[in-house]
Amino acid sequence: MSTVAKRVVIDGKGVHYTPLNQQIRKAVKDGAEEIVISNVLGQRFIGDGLRGNATIHVYGVPGGDLAIFMSGPTIIVHGNAEHAPGNTMDAGKVVIHGNAGDAVAHSMRGGKVFVRGDIGYRGGIHMKQYEAQCPILVVGGSAQTFLGEYMAGGLLIVLGLNGPVRARDIGSGIHGGEIVIRGDVDAACLATGARKVPLADEDRRRIAPVIREFAGDFGLDPEPLVNAEYTRIIPASARPFVGKYTWE
Amino acid sequence: MTIGSLPPRYRISIDPVRCMECERCIENCSYGVFRRDGDRILVNSRNCTACHRCIACCPRDAISLEEHPCDYRSHPLWTREAREAIYNQARTGKIILAGMGNALDYPVIFDRLVLDACQVTNPSLDPLREPIELRTHIGKKPTRLDLRRREGGDVELQTPLTPNLQVETPIMVGHMSYGAISLNAQVAMARAVTKAGTFMGTGEGGLHSALYPYQDHMIVQVASGRFGVNIDYLERGAAIEIKVGQGAKPGIGGHLPGEKVCADISRTRMIPPGSDAISPAPHHDIYSIEDLAQLVRALKEATEWKKPVFVKIAAVHNAAAIAAGIARSPADAVVIDGFRGGTGAAPRVFRDHVGIPIEAAVASVDKKLREQGIRNEISVIASGGIRGSADVAKAIALGADAVYIGTAALVAMGCRVCGNCYRGLCPWGIATQRPDLVQRLNPDAASEQVANLIHAWTLELAELLGAAGINSIESLRGNRDRLRGYMLDESLMQVLDVRQVGA
Repeated sequence: MSTVAKRVVIDGKGVHYTPLNQQIRKAVKDGAEEIVISNVLGQRFIGDGLRGNATIHVYGVPGGDLAIFMSGPTIIVHGNAEHAPGNTMDAGKVVIHGNAGDAVAHSMRGGKVFVRGDIGYRGGIHMKQYEAQCPILVVGGSAQTFLGEYMAGGLLIVLGLNGPVRARDIGSGIHGGEIVIRGDVDAACLATGARKVPLADEDRRRIAPVIREFAGDFGLDPEPLVNAEYTRIIPASARPFVGKYTWE
Repeated sequence: MTIGSLPPRYRISIDPVRCMECERCIENCSYGVFRRDGDRILVNSRNCTACHRCIACCPRDAISLEEHPCDYRSHPLWTREAREAIYNQARTGKIILAGMGNALDYPVIFDRLVLDACQVTNPSLDPLREPIELRTHIGKKPTRLDLRRREGGDVELQTPLTPNLQVETPIMVGHMSYGAISLNAQVAMARAVTKAGTFMGTGEGGLHSALYPYQDHMIVQVASGRFGVNIDYLERGAAIEIKVGQGAKPGIGGHLPGEKVCADISRTRMIPPGSDAISPAPHHDIYSIEDLAQLVRALKEATEWKKPVFVKIAAVHNAAAIAAGIARSPADAVVIDGFRGGTGAAPRVFRDHVGIPIEAAVASVDKKLREQGIRNEISVIASGGIRGSADVAKAIALGADAVYIGTAALVAMGCRVCGNCYRGLCPWGIATQRPDLVQRLNPDAASEQVANLIHAWTLELAELLGAAGINSIESLRGNRDRLRGYMLDESLMQVLDVRQVGA
């Protein structure tokens, strides 16, 4: 019996997403530990609802909803990704060596999404956590407006390695979880329901392993990032709408 | 004092001659109307919600209830409701939340439509001896069938078919979540639909493990909060429904208050206990009709194209154009939820004023899809205010493939439509999570009642079809010739595509 990790190579050139996912599912079912997909060009839904713990390398630019509903595997994108990678993801990991579009990690409830570059609008929107499941989104570059909107749980870190973080209206309707942004964040950039607090030592200890893992995945020096200044943004209330209504 | 106390809505009185002080009313009233004082039972009518639990439990018919025992000066414009909403908002400065469906006195279009029957020519069919086909299939139908004859003489179908749901009666139970209603209520309805060969929706509350035995008859919902949604959930359902909108509150999201998120609900929705479960107004991955098509495809791809996917929208002005857009996606059915649709809680201003009646919405959707030659691409499910088999027959004649019932199924389990669902104290064990109240609803008995209701309506549908000389529900669908408008105006009859009585 071979002890070498079982590796499967799939050429994605011109293949529609359904047969592509069928090939991935078959490879996982046959026990593949590493799957390499080359020539990916805009195919949506790669890894949609996929279970197991295979590692999938994607070369090219995958389309929207990468790893949607995924539960377990790791997907490494050697390029940019379209919108909503990690959408409603349950478990597993997505590593993007480039930028990603809007609604990254939308409604994600477990696992990790690491993006080396920038992300678009509504990043981490409505992420939520439950018991041991705590979703983590780390962005190396900047994020756009409505970052962490309606966030109900999980950890969202923006490192701003490519210059200042441009997000405004951060955390509108946030009622759980935390957003950690390197450097100071102008209070005017926070939306209703969000408030900023200093990053306490215990918070830093908690996020340090995540930052080290991110740095390791992208070949960055972790310690300056671990020790940098951060702003922590949390919900002003776990029940943002409680004061808005009266009963008939 | 500026506003002071308002006149009580209800007055409860106990006939001292009939009362035997058994205290069943005290035990059963979860709102605290009754208490014992020495050898008497005292009442506080201000706590009453007209849920009728006390009346249903009183062995001596000693309790009577009067609505509006002390009313305001009557006025056609400044109704009691208008005045009381002002008092409420003058005091609080807040948005008023209310339960159940639309409470304004709009004309009911169903009640201005009459059905047809055969007389001398085309004699009616007797369902006792003629088979009346009530089974239908929900999902896409191919535009044409490609049949090839094999060498042995058998005919083989070449056209690939899309998965459909086979329903034995065109009556399904709509989406009411675990959280909005109790698990016993959900289990009762799940057993009933399984027995009746039809389906029910989970609502956006996840699928509790107690419902797994009935999962082949459950439609799992994916709404904007994505509560309880993971790949296991999607695979368990017989079909998946994307909820875009709801008739009781078109255009806004949902909100389960933290008080109702107990341990079991927390597990099913996959959120921490006690936290608010907030469903945003839009799905944040759907900002266009193309995005909606993408989520439909994502759900189909996740379940390997084995499950039908429905899209539910509220009946709004442009429902027909929206439905035509949905029909061009891989979605298999569109659910149109009319402005009378029920809810546990909705802002009163939305519940009463936003959206259009299901009758007009279904008729215009059906017409638009036919005009565009894509009616076969999608099934239409009508919901929101279906009260009886006549409404089912009329909705189908206006173009629906099937209907969802909601409030009617709850009424079958004892609900009195008191409209206080949001308080979580439902004495019937339906819209509550309090264990002592939930255990009042016996799932065995309640499932029997819901199954009886579906069975009875199905029998009536067969009779109505037979009387009209129609032997299949599919021949009633969109069959406007079997409807006539009575006291409807001409422009509305044009929308409904029906002629007036006598014509």
